[in-house]
Amino acid sequence: MVDVAVQPNRIAPARPAARKSGLKTALKRKSTTAFLMTLPLILLIGILVVYPALYSLHLATLNKSMHKFVGFGNFIFLFKRDTFWLVVKQSCIFALTAVFFKVLLGFIVAHFVHNVPANKQRRWRGMLLVPWVIPPAMSTLAWLWLFDPSYSAFNYTLSLFGIGPVPWLGDANWARFSVILVNVWYGAPFFLIMYLAALKSVPEQLYEAAAIDGANWWQRIWFVTLPMMRNIIAITTLFSLIVTFANFDIVRILTSGGPLDHTHLFATWAFKLGIESGDIPLGASVSLFMFPILAIAAIFILRDVTKRGNEA
Amino acid sequence: MSTLAIDKAGPSRQVKHGSISRDRAWALRWSYFFLILFSIMALTPPLYMVITSLKSSAEISAATNPWWVFHPTLSNYKELLGSSQYLRFFLNSAMVSVFVVVITMLISVPAAFALSRMKFWGSATLATGVFLTYLIPDSLLFLPLFKMFAVIGDWTGIQLINRWYVLLFIYPTLTVPFCTWIMIGYFASIPKELDEAAIIDGASWLQTLTRIFIPVALPGLIAATIFAFTVSWSQFLYPMVFTTSTDQLVLPVGIVTTLIKGDVFNWGQIMTGALLGAAPPLIIYAFLMDYYIAGLTAGATKG
Repeated sequence: MVDVAVQPNRIAPARPAARKSGLKTALKRKSTTAFLMTLPLILLIGILVVYPALYSLHLATLNKSMHKFVGFGNFIFLFKRDTFWLVVKQSCIFALTAVFFKVLLGFIVAHFVHNVPANKQRRWRGMLLVPWVIPPAMSTLAWLWLFDPSYSAFNYTLSLFGIGPVPWLGDANWARFSVILVNVWYGAPFFLIMYLAALKSVPEQLYEAAAIDGANWWQRIWFVTLPMMRNIIAITTLFSLIVTFANFDIVRILTSGGPLDHTHLFATWAFKLGIESGDIPLGASVSLFMFPILAIAAIFILRDVTKRGNEA
Repeated sequence: MSTLAIDKAGPSRQVKHGSISRDRAWALRWSYFFLILFSIMALTPPLYMVITSLKSSAEISAATNPWWVFHPTLSNYKELLGSSQYLRFFLNSAMVSVFVVVITMLISVPAAFALSRMKFWGSATLATGVFLTYLIPDSLLFLPLFKMFAVIGDWTGIQLINRWYVLLFIYPTLTVPFCTWIMIGYFASIPKELDEAAIIDGASWLQTLTRIFIPVALPGLIAATIFAFTVSWSQFLYPMVFTTSTDQLVLPVGIVTTLIKGDVFNWGQIMTGALLGAAPPLIIYAFLMDYYIAGLTAGATKG
């Protein structure tokens, strides 16, 4: 881990006696070099991340033509619209359900892979990670085709069992199910890999001790595996919540927010308002609603990073 | 700290006898059963892409079993690879991704070196800040960025919107924070004695970076490169926002906007296009799976 001791001033010497002559200039040169090396990074983050983030706060207070300051006008307008509340509800349903199933599936499948003899794990892991490797825009096209209203391969298969055609993307609730399904399909392999790595780092002795104490498999998971993996589960869940809340590709390609705006997320709705309807301030106001989840994540991660910094 | 360690075989288990081994055998059987099931689920969409890409339009619209190809044909591939528009998308994607990888590495490797080894005022804050930047999603920034580049265009007359190279400015915001972060991790895992020896031998900081850190942290560098490439290759929202003319589009947006538009969906071609578009990341993954996974796990376990 990086040593994160903040130095009070620039020329605080770490080892004062190491060099005799030109100590000050040498140290000064080192910090200047270091600063120059990070300068592109600072510029990039400052100009293309921090500034736009603040700029979106400003944009959200303008009217559509962006000439007049309207204060909270955009937000008041949004709060009055039913579609906005649909989007809030759908974003929460989508993110929470999808993340829950991604975590669950990842955890379960990681155990199956872990059970298999070590020399065969590579092959299974390789196959199971494929959904994560394919660009989501491309794989979502395959799902769109699988969900096609007249030629759906799923419906063909289901019809063999006498189950009627399912309106995968035509009906609001089925469409909600479908976008979540695709998101879980795409994201679960990531959790699988994370949890598999974490499972391997749990010392085998702990399981042996538990087995000697007469623990059954459920107790082994509950009292050994889960506590050992608590951190990684928390972090991956948090990350995934952010990414899933901010999802764009899947919903955009599968439903474009339809039917009747029932599957819009913040990102797709902001895109529709800001780019397609040309109301950038309103779109920016919508995307700002992703801030709360980001803020929560930032607090947790900052706490974690400082903790790790102290450990190092 | 070593993130590549996950690829080693798990701790070997002793062979036990009696009921435990019988339990193990059953657990193994069930594991295989479920793994096969989950693999089928994971591979169905990509396999269906392959199946559809081998079908002619006539076979697709005929109500035959969709899971089987009765008259395989390569006409979709021939048509797409002969279409200058599709090749243009592919070229745009390739140029954007390669340039973004180069830009990302030029920015993040020196920065990670400075942040992990040369402490200076604010370096710790900056390292944390880099990580927080990685969390800001693209869907929060695309509108202000779009407006920013429009304003720049109005002020300076340099038109960047609707040019593929505008993506070279924007994609690094996605790749640089993560790559810097994982490189900080890799560099920090290099023993201090190594660079101290180099400094004593009279190496400059730059020489320490290029002669010692980069060779030693090469696995991390490869992992970061793969990450930057796959992110640039699959990005969808930014090109959707910033580029509209067909000759400026990158692959994912190109397929979605040009092949899907119109009344008749040509699914054979869409699936072929999507499959070819998914090929570069898949090929990289097939050959460099360990690095790919190392990069994946390095990011979050260090978070």
